[in-house]
Amino acid sequence: MATTASKTAAMDSPLYAGRRRRNTIAKGLAYAATIFGLGWLVLILGVLLYKGLGGLSLAVFTENTPPPGAAGGLLNAIMGSIVMTVLAVVIGTPIGVLAGTYLAEYGRHDKLSSVVRFINDILLSAPSIVIGLFVYEILVAPMGHFSGWAGAVALAVIVIPVVVRTTEDMLSLVPDTLREAAASIGLPRAHMIVRIAYRAAQAGIVTGILLAIARISGETAPLLFTALNNQFFSMNMNAPMPSLPVVIFQFALSPYAEWQKLAWTGALLITVTVLGLSILARSLTSARKS
Amino acid sequence: MSEVALKGASLPAAASASRAAVLRRLRLTDSIFHGLTRGASLAVLALLSGVIIALIYGAAPALSTFGFGFLFDESWNPVTERFGALAPIFGTLVTSFIAMLIAVPVGLMVAFFLTELCPKVLRRPIGIAIELLAGIPSIIYGIWGLFVFAPFLQQYVQPFFIDTFANVPILSTLFAGPPYGIGMFTAGLILAIMVLPFVTSISRDVFDAVPPVLKEAAYGVGCTTWEVFRYVVLPFTRVGVIGGFMLGLGRALGETMAVTFVIGNAHHVSASLFAPGTTISASIANEFTEAVGDLYTSSLVALGLILFFITFCVLAMARYMLMRLQRQGGK
Repeated sequence: MATTASKTAAMDSPLYAGRRRRNTIAKGLAYAATIFGLGWLVLILGVLLYKGLGGLSLAVFTENTPPPGAAGGLLNAIMGSIVMTVLAVVIGTPIGVLAGTYLAEYGRHDKLSSVVRFINDILLSAPSIVIGLFVYEILVAPMGHFSGWAGAVALAVIVIPVVVRTTEDMLSLVPDTLREAAASIGLPRAHMIVRIAYRAAQAGIVTGILLAIARISGETAPLLFTALNNQFFSMNMNAPMPSLPVVIFQFALSPYAEWQKLAWTGALLITVTVLGLSILARSLTSARKS
Repeated sequence: MSEVALKGASLPAAASASRAAVLRRLRLTDSIFHGLTRGASLAVLALLSGVIIALIYGAAPALSTFGFGFLFDESWNPVTERFGALAPIFGTLVTSFIAMLIAVPVGLMVAFFLTELCPKVLRRPIGIAIELLAGIPSIIYGIWGLFVFAPFLQQYVQPFFIDTFANVPILSTLFAGPPYGIGMFTAGLILAIMVLPFVTSISRDVFDAVPPVLKEAAYGVGCTTWEVFRYVVLPFTRVGVIGGFMLGLGRALGETMAVTFVIGNAHHVSASLFAPGTTISASIANEFTEAVGDLYTSSLVALGLILFFITFCVLAMARYMLMRLQRQGGK
C-alpha cells in the first residue's frame, strides 16, 4: 500500500509532470514537422499534375516549340534534352567508372585516393551554375558560339562525380574473399576487376548511372549559357540546342498563356522522368540487397 | 613410340613459351588498366583545378578593374560599367540564412520522428518520400514558386506580417513595404523546402548510427523519448549533424533556378525581407547571356568565382566533419 502511494506521489510530482509535458510537446512537434515536410511533396506534385496534365496531348510530342501566341509542342526540346543527356552519359560514365575503380581497387589506401575522394565530394555538390561558367570559359568562348557539345560536356561534368561515388561505394561492398579467390588462381588484377568485381557490383553501378541521368535531366543552370536554346528542331551539335529545362525557364517567365501552359506540361514530363528514374534505381539496389 | 615420346618432350618448351607470352599479355593489360583508372582519377582532380583556373581567368578583367572594392560595392550599372558584388552576396547570405533557420529545426524533428517515433512499417516509405523531395529538379520548385507559392504569400501571408509587425521596432523594418510576392523572403522559404530533405536524410543516417546500448541505458534510468534524443542522441552525433547542416547550406548557397524565378533580380541591399533582391547564382542565370561587353561578362564570372569560393569552404568543412565522424565510427 505504502509503495503504491509513494509511486502515485512521484507520478504527480510537478517535476515528472513537466518532463511528461515536454515529451508530449516534442513528440507533437516531430509529427507536425513530418506532416509539414511531406505536405510540400504532396502540394508540389498535386499542382504539377493538375496544371501539367491539362496541357498533355499528342501535339506535345510531335510539334516543335511555337512562336508566341500559337499552339505547339515540345518535340525539339525533348529531342535536344535526350541527345545531350545521352552524350553526357557516354562521355561521363567511362571516366567516372574508371576513377571509381581506382579509388576502390588499385588505390584503396593511397594518398592520391583520399585527395580524389575529397575533391570528388566537393564536385558532387558544387553549384551547377559554376559548372556552366566553367564550360563557357573553356568551350563556348574559344569556339565563339553556343553549341550542343558545350551543353553535353557541362552535363558530363555533373555526371562524373555521381558515377565515381556510386562506383566506389558499390565496389567496396564486394567481399574481399572474392578478390582473394581470383588472385589465388592467378588472375591478374585487371581481369579480377573486370570479370569478378564489376559483375558483382553490376546492379549498383547501373544504379549510379541512372541516378546521374536523373540528376542531369532536370539541370537547367549549366545549359543556360552552354547549349543556350533554339526555337527550331536541330540535331546539329555545333549549333545552339534546345532542351526541356531551358525551354521551361523561358516559357514560364513569358507573358503568353500558351507558353506558360507548355512550361507546366514540360515540368510534369521532367518530374515524372526524374522520379521514375530514381525509383527504378532504388528498386535495383533494394532487389540486390534482399 | 619414339615419335610420341619426342612429341611429348617438345611440348613443355612450346607450352612454357606460350605461357610466357600469355603472362606478358596479362601483365600488359593489367598495367594498361591500372594506368587508365589512375588517369581517370587524375582527371577528376584536373576537373576541379580546371574549374578554378577557368573562373580566375574569366574573372581577372573585373577583379583587376575593381580590386577588392568589388566585394563591398552595391552599384551594378551596365551602362557606366560599374559593378559590385555586395547586393548578390547579401542576397545569397540572407536567403540561405532564412532557409537554414527553417530547415534545420524542421529537419531535425523529422529525423527524430523517423528514428524514434515512426512505426517500423512507415519508416521506409516516409524516408523515400523525403528523399524524392530532394530529387525534384530545382526548376520545378521555381515554376511552382512563381505561379503558386508567391501569389499565395502575396495575398495572405505577407500582408498579415506587415500589419502585425507594423509597430514593432525591428520587425517592422524586416517586414516592410508592399507585398510583391516575389523577393528574398519567398526565395528563402523555397530554399528551405529544398534543403529540408538533405538535412533530414543525413541527420537520420547519423542518428541511426548511435549504438543502441547508449539509448537503452538512458531509457533504463527513466528518460523520456525526448530526453533520450536531446541528451544522448544529439550530443553523440553533434559533429555529423553539423556536417549535414553544412551540406544543406552548400546546396542553398549555390541553388540557382528555384531562386531565379522568385527573387526579382534587383541589385539592391534592402533591410526588408519582402523587397526583391538578387543572389549570386540568380544574377548569373538572369544576365549572363545578355551581358554585353567584356567587363560585364567578367564581373558575372567574378561573382561565380566568389560563389565557388564560399561553397568550397562550406562543403570542405562539411566533408571534413563527416569524414571525422566516419573515422570515429570505424574505430
